[in-house]
Amino acid sequence: MTLFNISLKNLKKSIRDYTIYFFTLVVAVAIFYVFNALESQTVFMNVSSRTHILIDFMMRMLSGVSVFVSIVLGLLIIFASRFLIKRRNKEFGIYMLLGMSKYKISMILFFETLVIGIFSLFGGLFLGVVLSQMMSLFVANMFEADMRQFSFVFSCSSAVKTLIYFGIMYLIVMVFNTFIIGKCKLINLLNSMHQSENMHLKNKYLCMALFILSILILGKAYHIVIVEVNRIDEISILVAIVLGCVGTLFFFYSLSGLLISIISRFKRFYYHRLNSFVIRQFSSEINTRVVSFSVISILLFVTICLLSTCLTIKNSMNANINSLAPVDFQFTTINTDVTFEDGYMVNGKTVKEYFEEIDFNLDEYSNEYVHINTYKTEELTMGDFLGDYLEGIKKELPFLSYDSNEEIIKLSDYNSLAKLYGREEYTLNEDEYIVIADFQSMIDIRNLILKNNGIISVFGKTFKPKYAECQDGIIDISSNHINAGVIILSDDVIDENAIFSDSIIGNYLSDDKDVHNEIETHLRDISSSNPYDNVIFSMNTLLDIKEATVGLTAMIAFIGLYLGVIFLISSALIIALLQLSNISDNRQRYGILRRLGTDEKDINRTLLKEVGLFFMAPLALAIVHSVPGLIFSIYMIQTLGIEKLVISVIVTSIIIIMIYGGYFIITYYSSKRIIKENY
Amino acid sequence: MENILKVEKVEKYYGNRSSLTKAINDISFDVQKGEFVAIMGASGSGKTTLLNVISTIDNVTSGNIYVGRTDVTKLKGNDLNRFRREELGFIFQDFNLLDTLTAYENIALALSIQNINPKEIDKRVKNVALKLDILDILNKYPHEMSGGQKQRVACARAIITNPKLILADEPTGALDSKSSRMLLERFEYLNKELDTTILMVTHDAFSASYAGRVIFIKDGRLFKEIYKGNDTRKVFFNKIIDIVTLLGGDLNDAL
Repeated sequence: MTLFNISLKNLKKSIRDYTIYFFTLVVAVAIFYVFNALESQTVFMNVSSRTHILIDFMMRMLSGVSVFVSIVLGLLIIFASRFLIKRRNKEFGIYMLLGMSKYKISMILFFETLVIGIFSLFGGLFLGVVLSQMMSLFVANMFEADMRQFSFVFSCSSAVKTLIYFGIMYLIVMVFNTFIIGKCKLINLLNSMHQSENMHLKNKYLCMALFILSILILGKAYHIVIVEVNRIDEISILVAIVLGCVGTLFFFYSLSGLLISIISRFKRFYYHRLNSFVIRQFSSEINTRVVSFSVISILLFVTICLLSTCLTIKNSMNANINSLAPVDFQFTTINTDVTFEDGYMVNGKTVKEYFEEIDFNLDEYSNEYVHINTYKTEELTMGDFLGDYLEGIKKELPFLSYDSNEEIIKLSDYNSLAKLYGREEYTLNEDEYIVIADFQSMIDIRNLILKNNGIISVFGKTFKPKYAECQDGIIDISSNHINAGVIILSDDVIDENAIFSDSIIGNYLSDDKDVHNEIETHLRDISSSNPYDNVIFSMNTLLDIKEATVGLTAMIAFIGLYLGVIFLISSALIIALLQLSNISDNRQRYGILRRLGTDEKDINRTLLKEVGLFFMAPLALAIVHSVPGLIFSIYMIQTLGIEKLVISVIVTSIIIIMIYGGYFIITYYSSKRIIKENY
Repeated sequence: MENILKVEKVEKYYGNRSSLTKAINDISFDVQKGEFVAIMGASGSGKTTLLNVISTIDNVTSGNIYVGRTDVTKLKGNDLNRFRREELGFIFQDFNLLDTLTAYENIALALSIQNINPKEIDKRVKNVALKLDILDILNKYPHEMSGGQKQRVACARAIITNPKLILADEPTGALDSKSSRMLLERFEYLNKELDTTILMVTHDAFSASYAGRVIFIKDGRLFKEIYKGNDTRKVFFNKIIDIVTLLGGDLNDAL
């Protein structure tokens, strides 16, 4: 019989032991593929060429995360192969006893790893392709817009990268295994079945000190991202991340020792039913799996932050569109050769005139629209509005254009627009004005003026503010809060010569998106050759806004959600595999409980507690971590809007409960089956 | 004397119609309260099977086994579990201690399964530890103990619930001769001073000589039984050896 045949026979025989190993590998390969497929999407490359700071930041984070993912998967494979070798020590011992050389045993192991490696590689690639397709469908579905550009096809480069990476990983594992076998002593191999898990207990006081240290380290990390958030830079983010990881590691390292020494003091609890058994099981599991627990905890933390943040971005994106673009279209003409010396909009055309010229009959498509004008005059610039505060504000915010003319609108125009938008209408005395705005930092600046006197002079008269603060409102439809401030004056005081723009804003007759698209394509066609050279015609439509918003914000949200769910699935899977391998190693312990006459109900309850604690421990710490994590995220995304944070957190919890909880239930029932087998 | 254990025409078959193995073939005997009984037999004679059916780990093909007034062959599910934890105490060859728990916790577990309050548990654990001379290792883990210490901890766990009957399966099988002697002396003490009823399976004549009565099994049948009576252990040991010789080659290798 050749060595290869022995290997194959062994594989078949120890298929049960190998199943966990095999699935771990398949999942690792799949995750790696999915991750790299995402990175190598052409769409993604397009985005990276944009010089948007957020995308830039995200790219850097992604490449960092990619390294992290590789390391985690590598550790996972080595851990899984060590687990396997340990389970088969006795078998190898018997081979040696029969006179097989260590070299031959290494070769058997080599072939086995090879076979498993090949199968898992292709299985994993297959799973990865399916997973990435399903994921993109799932996440794309969450966005109302068309996400065709995100479609995932088979990524060749990612597949090649996966093959190379895992090829190297398997090679390392093979060398590692050969090394281990070479170092083994026969006596240890044969006895290894009797040796229980190496339970080196930790010093109680050392644990206490480490625990306090871990709390301090985590506290410092939290402090950086919460309190010092205003002066945060890349280095301090890195410091916070490293501190967070180290703190988590110390936390789990010290937890088991501390847990026992504290809980065993509460005798009434500790010696109640099988509590002592559960707590000992749990602490011995943590004890031997400090790194795994830490990694899973951090993965879960990243998941929680990614999911809530990206859901918030996505939700406020949709909410913004609903409130800031409540109508279908806004058509505007602006006179380009406006010169303030010789009057205003001399040769300007209204939208109506423009449409007549290009032969477009709006009434055919719409019966619900309003007509408004906005006015500008060089008498009133932003600098003029700011008055005495100009110098102070200029120092703080030097990049604002203080020379731009303030936009003015008639009260009657604004009220008809407000009616259309479903917003509040106003009344005004002749000597009063109102500022409407929704861009928070500009609101803050303007409120300063409005609260302190706030007299402005324009059209030869002076006006005082009606309200001591800006009123919420918009003129142009948009996807974000970008109205920096428009001044409303009563109709009679405005000089009609100061017309700056002419707009028609309203809804189409039809509700059908395709019809809208047809109309707009038609209009765009016929207006492409502009009949006037001194008039700009612009069309601002809901369709365009949606598309543009989806382009950027949705991309960020999409990638975040995608990664979040992938992380969640992988951490849940890793913990499930760990727990199953633990239970199958320790099933004789449950056998002992049965022999002592424990009720089946109590055994199941004990198992449920054990599996539950195992799943809860990393999640609990991750939840604690995510509080400062979310505070930091809110700070980062506040310009995008954070209206629906609470809902996002709730949805995130539901997703986590469903996926993580699902794995928990599956693990519990599989564990139950495992501990029954021994009986 | 009260009958603690009554084994009545017990049979246990393995296999199918074509190749039937009669592991136990019509065995009956009684054990009275306060007795220390050893069951001897060669490998494959059916002694461990007998212990397993008495301890309800395995079920019988036919016959009845009464512990006190309960017919254990009729017990099922939770009744069986309750019976096992309240009426029986087990000692196994491979100890069956939980390696994650200290000696104290291992012993206490037998009581906490019965939902006894921690104060009572503490009192009883210390009490039984004193009797088995393991007070100083109570805070150690199984991997820090010798085989003899482990077996005494297992013994403490078995008797702490005050069971009607202690069942020991080759308790000295994994111990060296000094540890064996120490354990058997403890058995003797428990039996004589505390009136504990012990049923021990062994193939070792030396271990058996500590018992008050030895039952010999051969090929699934009761072969012979002898009582110690007023003999010294040495005399009794020689009597056992005689019967072992009579039994034939099989058991000789155990001497």
